[in-house]
Amino acid sequence: MPDTLRHAWVIARKDLLVEFRSRTAILSVAVFTVLVLLVFNFGRDPTAVAAVDLAPSILWVTFTFAAMLTLNRAFQLELENQALDGLLLAPIGPRSLYLGKLLANLMFVAVVEAVGLPLFALFFNVSVLPVLPPLAGVIALATIGFVAVGTLFSAMTTRTRFAELLLPVLLLPFMIPPLIWAVLATAALLAGRPLSEAGGWLRLLGAYDIVFVTLAFFLFPATVDE
Amino acid sequence: MRLLRAGRWITVLGFVLLAGVYLRALAFTPVERSQGLAQKIFYLHVPAAIWAETAMVLVGLASVFYLFLKDPRLDRFAEASAEVGTVFAAIVLTTGPIWGKPIWGTWWSWDARLTFTLFLFLLYAGYLLLRGAVADPGARRRYAAVLGICGMCLVPFIHFSVYLFRTLHPMPIVLKPSAPSLPGSMLATWLFSLSVFTLLYVAFVMQRYALGLLREPAAGSEGLHA
Amino acid sequence: MLRAEGLRHAFGSVRALDDISFTLHPGQTLAVFGPNGAGKTTLLKVLAGLIRPQGGRAQIEGGRGAVGWIGHQPQLYAHLTVHENLRFWASLYDVPDGAVRRRAGDLLARLRLEAHRDRPVRALSRGLVQRVAIARALIHDPRVLLLDEPFTGLDRMAAEEFRRLLEEQVANGRATVLVTHNVEEGTELATDVAFMRAGRFVRLEPRAGRGAGRIADAYREAIADA
Repeated sequence: MPDTLRHAWVIARKDLLVEFRSRTAILSVAVFTVLVLLVFNFGRDPTAVAAVDLAPSILWVTFTFAAMLTLNRAFQLELENQALDGLLLAPIGPRSLYLGKLLANLMFVAVVEAVGLPLFALFFNVSVLPVLPPLAGVIALATIGFVAVGTLFSAMTTRTRFAELLLPVLLLPFMIPPLIWAVLATAALLAGRPLSEAGGWLRLLGAYDIVFVTLAFFLFPATVDE
Repeated sequence: MRLLRAGRWITVLGFVLLAGVYLRALAFTPVERSQGLAQKIFYLHVPAAIWAETAMVLVGLASVFYLFLKDPRLDRFAEASAEVGTVFAAIVLTTGPIWGKPIWGTWWSWDARLTFTLFLFLLYAGYLLLRGAVADPGARRRYAAVLGICGMCLVPFIHFSVYLFRTLHPMPIVLKPSAPSLPGSMLATWLFSLSVFTLLYVAFVMQRYALGLLREPAAGSEGLHA
Repeated sequence: MLRAEGLRHAFGSVRALDDISFTLHPGQTLAVFGPNGAGKTTLLKVLAGLIRPQGGRAQIEGGRGAVGWIGHQPQLYAHLTVHENLRFWASLYDVPDGAVRRRAGDLLARLRLEAHRDRPVRALSRGLVQRVAIARALIHDPRVLLLDEPFTGLDRMAAEEFRRLLEEQVANGRATVLVTHNVEEGTELATDVAFMRAGRFVRLEPRAGRGAGRIADAYREAIADA
């Protein structure tokens, strides 16, 4: 296990370095996030619906789209120059590869969310600061679950035709349940209700994370094993 | 192909029996007091829903065993079961609104059960799309198995959400823990219908499995890229 | 050091490997010649463990970590510098830091890459990239080398230097399998030669001091006979 984790970290660090050098993915996703928030602003009737009613949905739909874009990137990177073959040849387990990719993806999505959240608060005049710690917790819980599934799926879809289209088609049904729970928990928080009221949703999010992180961890070798 | 022929005959038998179900439902079963004639669709809707979900679980189980045993028959069964499940989910999604219009006054309500059947349908669609997008037969089987297992594990989460939502849906009255609160003759008709649907599931899967088998030698030349 | 026993593999109905057996001891270099589509690349992938053969088995002393691989693609990250690439791949093989620095310096000097050490790989020409790929394959001091058309893109001088590097490796007790369609390039390095066609070794014999001309004659004869 320590070996698995060390190799995972080596791979994640490499991904971050590649991203730092190219900056294309993270910048385009950040710009995309801003654009989605803008679209939402014009896509609602401010006289009919108060921003605070829509706010949780806006936040999560934005995060969903942004996460989808970052997930496509993970294995695309390994296919150029067939680096994936090199990784499979190296004396590391496929699970190190999965954990490394998961780690890198989580960091990417976290950065995007960290950019998106203040903009969201600004654009829609939602006071996020008073509930920031529990809100960050909700975001983290939901993100871990769908990024875990997304990382697993992107390992398969990048090696198919229509990769960019297929990933959202496969992933969205898996994203929607945690999304619903996250929206409900976020709504409770933003409305100033205590966190305990969202306990049911949080427990579901936690269960989802445990089940799907474990599942993806054990299933991943089947996606690379020839 | 004996399997194909047998499947066809059982299908014919199934359809005849289905006609029998409706004869019994319309002529010999009392009309439900509050819902009127619309309730008759229930004999189609609920068994189809049960089998749409069961088919997903069977896809998942076959996938688990496929990853361990690597027996292509298991994969072929999973594919057949997924396609039949898609058809049954489509039946649920069409009969639901037909019932919903007179009872709820709207074709589509975002009722939790109907919504999640929609997820199930999309899950199947993604599964079948993934199968179509992978050229190499070995990779196709492994990828499909991974997605099938994930799909099966998503089903309980879907179920959980159903009970946590306030729903317009009639609560399950047949499969609830206490004794079924359904009049005897309705229950009999319903059980009759459920067994007819079981028969239809088996017949469809048999035919689809046989067709998959016929397709296989032709598909063998797909994996040319060495 | 390397043993292949009755390897068989097919892609659909196309036989890529058909009963391939051979053994390599330290200091031996097997050059495999064959036309395009003879199964050469598949053979290397099976030896390396990238493809699990449908029949037979391949064994390498020291496992995957002992293999150095040069494939069709350089397996480098375009946005990382030459040195970063080497460090990344070395860390997957758990090469200690000091050894990485020493070996990287050594290889970069031998392959005349020192001036390019801190340039990103995407800024390099095809020939330079191939030289980096060679350095990458040797960075962990592998005991078995699997080389797939390694001379592609190298100019005369670089090819000469690479040949000397390989001769040193062989003198140090490495075992090498070299796969190419070009008899001129591979002959001088080989202790043994194999002619491959349609997944079979039509001949496998010691080179016995023959030059490229005589091997080319033998190759034409063997391929024509088969």
